Amino acid sequence: MGMTIAEKIIAAAAGVESVKPGDIHTVTLDRMMSNDGTTHLTIDMYHQQLDHPAIADSKKLVFIVDHNVPADNPKTAATHKKMRDFAREHQIDFWEGKGVCHQIMMEHYVRPGELIFGADSHTCTYGALGAFGTGVGCTDFLYGMVTGTSWLLVPETVKFNLTGKLRKGVYPRDLMLHIIGQIGANGVNYQVMEFSGEGAKTLSVNDRMVLCNLAVEAGAKSAIFEADEIALSWLKDHGRQPKQVFTSDEDAHYICEYTFNLDDIQPVVARPDFVDDVIPAAQACGTKIDEAFVGSCNNGRIDELRVAARLLKGRQVADTVRFLIVPASNDVYLQALEEGLMETFMEAGAIVMNANCSVCWGSCQGVIGENEVLISTGTRNFKGRAGHPSSKVYLASAATVTASAIKGFIATEDQL
Amino acid sequence: MGTIFKFHHDLDTDQIIASQYLLLPTIEEMKAHTFESLDADFSKKVRPGDFVVGGDNFGCGSSREQAPSVLKALGVKAVVAQSFARIFYRNAINIGLPVIVCKDLYEQVSTGETMELFLSEGLVKAGGQEYSCTKLPPYMQAILDKGGLIASLNEAEKSTKGGEQ
Repeated sequence: MGMTIAEKIIAAAAGVESVKPGDIHTVTLDRMMSNDGTTHLTIDMYHQQLDHPAIADSKKLVFIVDHNVPADNPKTAATHKKMRDFAREHQIDFWEGKGVCHQIMMEHYVRPGELIFGADSHTCTYGALGAFGTGVGCTDFLYGMVTGTSWLLVPETVKFNLTGKLRKGVYPRDLMLHIIGQIGANGVNYQVMEFSGEGAKTLSVNDRMVLCNLAVEAGAKSAIFEADEIALSWLKDHGRQPKQVFTSDEDAHYICEYTFNLDDIQPVVARPDFVDDVIPAAQACGTKIDEAFVGSCNNGRIDELRVAARLLKGRQVADTVRFLIVPASNDVYLQALEEGLMETFMEAGAIVMNANCSVCWGSCQGVIGENEVLISTGTRNFKGRAGHPSSKVYLASAATVTASAIKGFIATEDQL
Repeated sequence: MGTIFKFHHDLDTDQIIASQYLLLPTIEEMKAHTFESLDADFSKKVRPGDFVVGGDNFGCGSSREQAPSVLKALGVKAVVAQSFARIFYRNAINIGLPVIVCKDLYEQVSTGETMELFLSEGLVKAGGQEYSCTKLPPYMQAILDKGGLIASLNEAEKSTKGGEQ
């Protein structure tokens, strides 16, 4: 029996010839990333719970402060300090205020064929480069930090065959929200989403990141694209070589297969409070909003900023709306500056913030108040996710978010 | 015998413990905010040995280990749900909080009723009825039996070092 890309990565990491879904293997981790959402607890556990605290290989570790950055109160400052001090003491790569963890990882670390644990659920983003990334908690992180290994139950793989090409005014974000709406919030629970087909080849690495990043919102353990020439060219531009390029065998086993024709996708929104409550954006048009947000590890890259700037050029943000624009990294920020996008944002009345998780994470600048409505390119729209428990979050593409920010109510690009 | 606290399908980790409390220094400081947006008094009402009952996809969303950790810190004996999101399930096993898949219980019980869990038999008793539960794979059961992944790591290191002497 052949194997899928994910199975081949796990087999290589486990040092065995083949694996099959349901097996539990001990795997050697290529890299591990942890951010300020949980690292302070991992460090406390390291000091308090281990009989013999020691790090297996600090070169494989990356700590990134991106959630509440800069610190918003003394307790947060203390958690950041704990992380900073530990990283320095143990010579761990440390990033603070340089961008959202997954963007930093993609720009600087991830290689095709790697198996990466991240103490953040959206670690599945790394599948855009043909790596197996999966989110874990701090106990798993600590175990990996100490042993360099982890236990892994081999997941089933679900094939998502993409055909056609997205129409003008429709974005990868619409595609992925549509897919989640179709398969549900636990549609691929504990499984790997493998994207393939001719439609997949029309997608850039940025686009693939959008798809892989949101896979966890359908319950996926990981998501993956084959590292084709598009991915390898992107990797080369970023000065890296693949660890190993894997392709799925012809006779690889998939637990099921779906086909999505990209030509059929329309702009959509996910309604509060569930990511899989997805409807055509046209049906939500007219809903009054208080805040709009373009950013996050899902949608804060240069592609989305370009879309926002194109729509804002010569227009103004509605005076009833706060429009937050948050680049996913400083590299994205600098690129936007170079292209003049920042001027457009400022002239239109948007609020440009430093590269960080921002309101997608819901515990820093930009949180919304009682009964307020946010339209967001963030990852989730759970109840109270962006602030007060009575507030509401709609998820949409950068185009729909920007059009809504201009109109003051949910609107699509073609209504401008 | 413990009291049931029942929650909705697709119960996400933000509802268990909201983002604004995750950077508090310790789980002890976080636990008072458990389920705050759904039941502000949950942390005052729940007693050691009580149960959280969920529907499908319990614990979806974030990998924040704070979610199972606050439940454990409050003394919740186990979470019994129709199905779990994978990261929550894995995190719970790793910290030694039993997570039990029980398909038939959810529709039959309400918050405030009592139930008993017989973990090794894979059995729950509530409202005079018995419900069978899915047992954990042996590998995960072994982690749980040792009190979690870090306890099992310490034990493994101890036995390795013992063997070397």
